Amino acid sequence: MVEQTFWDEMTGGGADVRTVYGRVDEWLRNTPPDVLAARRTQAELLFRRIGITFAVYGEKDAAERLIPFDIIPRVIGQGEWGRMEAGLIQRVKAINAFLCDIYGPREILRAGIIPSDLVFGNPAFRPEMAGKRAPHDVWVHIAGIDMVRTGEDEFYVLEDNARTPSGVSYMLENREVMMRLLPDLFSNHRIAPVENYTDLLLNCLRSVAPPRSGGEPVVALLTPGLYNSAYYEHSFLADRLGVELVEGHDLSVRDGIVYMRTTQGPRRVDVLYRRIDDDFIDPLAFRPDSVLGVPGLLDAYAAGNITLANAIGAGVADDKAIYTYMPEIVKFYLGEEAILKNVPTWRCREADALKYVREHIGELVIKEVNGSGGYGMLVGPHATRAEIAEFEKKLVAQPDNYIAQPTLSLSTCPAFVEEGVAPRHVDLRPFVLTGAEGSRVVPGGLTRVAMRKGSLVVNSSQGGGTKDTWVIEDA
Amino acid sequence: MLARTADNLFWLARYVERAEFTARIIDITARLAALPKAYGGGAEWESALSAVGSLDRFKETYENADEASVIEFLIFDPANPSSIRSCIESARTNARGVRTALTADMWQSINSAWLELRALEQMRAPFERMSRERTDPFLDVVKSMSRDFDGAAHRNMLRNDAYWFSRLGLYMERADNTARILDVKYHVLLPETEAVGGSLDYFQWTSILRAVSAFTAYHWVYRQGVKPWLIADLLILKKEMPRSLVSCYDNLARNLDAIGNAYGVQGPAQRHARAMLLRLESGSVEGVLESGLHEFLTEFIADNARLGAIVAEQYLVN
Repeated sequence: MVEQTFWDEMTGGGADVRTVYGRVDEWLRNTPPDVLAARRTQAELLFRRIGITFAVYGEKDAAERLIPFDIIPRVIGQGEWGRMEAGLIQRVKAINAFLCDIYGPREILRAGIIPSDLVFGNPAFRPEMAGKRAPHDVWVHIAGIDMVRTGEDEFYVLEDNARTPSGVSYMLENREVMMRLLPDLFSNHRIAPVENYTDLLLNCLRSVAPPRSGGEPVVALLTPGLYNSAYYEHSFLADRLGVELVEGHDLSVRDGIVYMRTTQGPRRVDVLYRRIDDDFIDPLAFRPDSVLGVPGLLDAYAAGNITLANAIGAGVADDKAIYTYMPEIVKFYLGEEAILKNVPTWRCREADALKYVREHIGELVIKEVNGSGGYGMLVGPHATRAEIAEFEKKLVAQPDNYIAQPTLSLSTCPAFVEEGVAPRHVDLRPFVLTGAEGSRVVPGGLTRVAMRKGSLVVNSSQGGGTKDTWVIEDA
Repeated sequence: MLARTADNLFWLARYVERAEFTARIIDITARLAALPKAYGGGAEWESALSAVGSLDRFKETYENADEASVIEFLIFDPANPSSIRSCIESARTNARGVRTALTADMWQSINSAWLELRALEQMRAPFERMSRERTDPFLDVVKSMSRDFDGAAHRNMLRNDAYWFSRLGLYMERADNTARILDVKYHVLLPETEAVGGSLDYFQWTSILRAVSAFTAYHWVYRQGVKPWLIADLLILKKEMPRSLVSCYDNLARNLDAIGNAYGVQGPAQRHARAMLLRLESGSVEGVLESGLHEFLTEFIADNARLGAIVAEQYLVN
C-alpha cells in the first residue's frame, strides 16, 4: 500500500497554522483534553434530549442511534467560500438547464455531447415527465453537492445529490449545540450564520407555487413516515418551516387537485417538499405496491396544480455516469468553464477505461453508477484480495454500472477522538436552494468526518460523524 | 391541522392517562390485598382487572388472578393493549408521529418513561416474575410521566387545536376511568350497605378515593367521615373535584367549544358534550342512587364512548 500524504486544513501541511485556524488552534492549545471530553459528553446529552437520531439500515436494534458529533469546528475563509459558492450556483443552474432540456427539446443529445442511452437507459429517467415543464423551470430546488478538498485551492465535486438530499438538520443543530457549548470560542470569531436556512427554504418553496387565484400558497412536507431513517429531519424541518408534516395517506387527489385531510375538512396543497423517492411517490404512475405515496399525484402535477420539490425525474442529473459529463454540461448550457472541478473519472462502459480500471483496481475507488450512502463500492487500497476479486467479477459482468475514480487525498481537519486531537478526513455537503428568483447557499454546509483513523468513508451509515462548519471573515 | 395529527394527539393523551390510572389501580389493590383476611377480602386482584376493564382478556391467558400474574398482565404484558407497557409504547409511537405538535418537554416525559421501562425489562431474567421492590418505583415513574406530560402541555403548549384535541383525549379517558372504578365498587356504595358497616367497606371506599387521588380532598369538601353516597357525590357531581365526571365534562365541553369557535362551526360533538354536562350539573346524588348507580354509570360510559365516535366523525375522518 502506498503511503499517501494528506493536506490538513489547519496546518496546510506546513509548520505554521493557516490564518483562518489561528484562534481555533489557540483554543485547542489552551483547552485541556478533559474539558474537551466534558464538552463532547454535554453535546451528546443535548443531541439525545432533542432526539436527533439516525436509523441505520441493516442494523438490528440500532433504529435510533446517535450520529457521532465532533466538537472541533471546521473553518473555511470567506474568500475560499466565495469561490465555492459561485461554483455551486453555477453547477446547480446547469443541472436545472440540463433537466429542462432532457425532458424537453433534448438538444444536448442531438449535439452528441452525452450518449442517449445514458439518459434513456437510466433508471432515474422518468419517461412520464417528457414534455412536461417544471414551474419556473426549476427541477432541483434543494441540491446537496458533495465536495472534497485536496489542497489550498483544490476543491472537487464528488457527487451531486438532486433527489432528496438529507443532512441539513445536522448542519443547523450542530451550530445550535456549538453556540451553547462553546460561547467563548464564538465570541472570538465572526461566523456567517446558517439559521436562516429554513426561512430561505420556505421562500424558495413558496416562490414556485403554481399560479392560482387568491390566497397564500400552502406548503407541506411529505415524509415516508416515522420508520424512515431521516424522519427526525423531516419533522425538524416541518417544524421550522411551520408547515404540515404529511404522510401519503394524509393526501388525496380529486379532479387533479391535491388535498390534505385536516380537522376542518380537505385543504388544498400547492407545494409539496417531498422526501419520498420517485419510485414510491405515486402508486398509479410508478411502483404500484407503494403504500407511501399519493395516487394521482403525477396527474395533479401534469395539470399544473401542484409543485413538487424536487421534481420527479430529477435523479437523472445526479447519477454518477452523468456526473462525468458535468463540465461539458456547464459549458453547453452556460457557455462558461465549470468553476468546480470534477474528480477525474473513468467510465467503465468505455473499453479503454475498463481496461485501465482493471489494471489499476487496487488503487481506485469503484462505485455503482446509481449507488449511494457508501454501499456497493470498492475502495481499492483498503480492500482484501478476495474482496477485489469478488468485485471485479461484478464489474466485468456489468461494466455500464460502474465508474472508477482515483483514491483522493481527502483533506483532514483536527478532530477530538480517543487519542486526543488528531487529523481526520472530511468532506462537505453545502445545500443549494433554487426558487423562482435564483439560487442561494447558506455559508458552509454539513461537514462529515471519518472518525476512524485513516478511514476515507465519511457516510453516516458507515460510522462517519459530523462537525460544525464555519465560514469566517478573513483576517 | 392534519386530521392524523389531531387523532394522534387525542390518543397520545388517552394512553398517558390510562397508564397512570392503571398504576393507581395497582397501588390501591396492593393496599387492599395487604389487609387481614378477616376484613373480608380475597378477590382484590380480580377486582383490579374489572376496574381497568380487562378481566375477560386476562382470563384468556392466565389461570389465577394472583398478585404476580395480575401485575405482570397490567404492567408488562405486550398482548394486553391496555398494559402500561403497551400504553407507553403506543404513546411514544404517537408522539414520534406528531413531534412537530409537541413541546420538547412533552416528548421527553414519554421518552424517559420508555427508557425506564426498557431498562427494567433488560434487568429481568427470562420468565422471571418482577418483584414489587422493582415494580413499585416504576409505578411512580409512570405517575410522574403523566404529571410531566400534562404539566408541560398545560404550561407550554400553544392554545390552538393541537392543545384542545390533546385535552379531549385526556378528559375522555379520565371520565371513563372514574366511571369504571365507581362501577366496579358500586355495590359497596349502595345506601343499604351503610347498615352493614363492615370494616372492609371503609377500606373499599377509601381505596376508591385513593385511586383518583381524592382521599384528602374528600375531607376538605365534606368535613365528615367517609360515607359511600358522598363518595358518589364527589366523583360524579362535584365540579371542584378534578377527576369527577362533571369536571371532566366541564373541560370536554370547554375544549370542544374552543375548537368550534376557532373553526367557526359548532357541531354534534359540541351539542353532545353540552347535553351531558347539563345532565351532570343538574343531577343530584339522591337521583343517581334512586335510578340505580350501576345503570347510571353504564349509561355514562356508553355516552362517553359515543362522544369519542362523534368527535372522530366530525374532525378526524374526512
